[in-house]
Amino acid sequence: MKITIGATVTEAGSSVRNKTGGWRNMRPVTDLAKCKRCGICIIVCPDAVISMKTREEGPKTDYDYCKGCGICANECPFKAIEMQQEER
Amino acid sequence: MNEESLFASGHTACAGCGATIALRLLLAAAGKNTIVCQVTGCMEVVSTGYPNTAWKVPYIHVAFENAAAVASGVDAALKAKGEREGKNIIALGGDGGTYDIGLQALSGMLERGHDVLYVCYDNEAYMNTGIQRSSATPYGASTTTSPPGKFSIGEDTPKKPLAEIVAAHRPSYVATASVGYYQDFQTKVKKALSKKGPSFILVYTPCPTGWRTPSEKTMEIAKLAVDTGYLILWEMENGDRNTLKVTKMPPKPRKPVEEYLKIQGRFRHLMNKPEELKKIQELVDAECKRYGIE
Ligand code: SF4
Ligand code: SF4
Repeated sequence: MKITIGATVTEAGSSVRNKTGGWRNMRPVTDLAKCKRCGICIIVCPDAVISMKTREEGPKTDYDYCKGCGICANECPFKAIEMQQEER
Repeated sequence: MNEESLFASGHTACAGCGATIALRLLLAAAGKNTIVCQVTGCMEVVSTGYPNTAWKVPYIHVAFENAAAVASGVDAALKAKGEREGKNIIALGGDGGTYDIGLQALSGMLERGHDVLYVCYDNEAYMNTGIQRSSATPYGASTTTSPPGKFSIGEDTPKKPLAEIVAAHRPSYVATASVGYYQDFQTKVKKALSKKGPSFILVYTPCPTGWRTPSEKTMEIAKLAVDTGYLILWEMENGDRNTLKVTKMPPKPRKPVEEYLKIQGRFRHLMNKPEELKKIQELVDAECKRYGIE
């Protein structure tokens, strides 16, 4: 690997190359019927893996990066997220 | 993933890390015209594994002690070039890099009056090096260098009142915050950045690995710290102590501090020591009284 001068990194957010989803033991599963689209899970996820494009679509979890910490499920005011045992 | 987040997925923080939530909230409040100068610490290690970075804003990693000095330099350089307008400069350190190692540089930045916001994320010990105590470690906590045993109850000194030490410098803005009450934290970030001159925010960030807490409880614990009065959220503006106010009152009556302690492995050894629990409750009561909290 060629080291840049000053070890500068010029590609913003390139950490997305690390697919941290493999760390997960528990998988958050969102019940879109219970979800009220409040957006709290999006704010509290330490790994920035939940996003919501439209209200119809609702929040979407990216399992390539989700570490399964369970904060989203714990903080959801409507108990719409359930942590399930990961199967591989 | 969430493309809008200025702190990207793929960082290598432990599952449920409170400090990474704080960084995401901080950047969301500050916006993309922000330059970050960060010391060595957990959040640097997990976000900048060469050749990658989780940061989507200009960022420099510096030594353990000098985020405040480097941020001062960035401020001075941009001013000299006439390019200071419209940019936020944020210095960032953990409790080890701020309470202990970077205190002198922080004091200098405050005293010289640089237009910088220093944010300290406080997880109450040196975590990524293996959970050694810092001067932010609270009374009674077990760390690898303050282990409880026959002759020890764990850390035997109270936490250093860093935000009050900063307040004594009379900065433009100083506040304490908790990642659990994130709207309060983000309001404070915006307020600090809107003021000219030095500002400081201490944000409390639970660490599931070092505190031995379930990863899903991070936000809950950060709220409980405030609701028990263990952590007091306050702010002071324009270096004027008359502006000092508590921004988030605990519920009446306050929750007993034991509720906060008992869910954390680092305090487990205190659970069969009622006299120690009483002592911690009294310490909390005395602090609350100082801030006019019942
Ligand atoms: S926190 Fe719960 S209700 Fe709110 S958007 Fe997420 S899943 Fe839906
Ligand atoms: S389990 Fe944790 S990492 Fe996964 S989506 Fe929920 S908050 Fe994010």
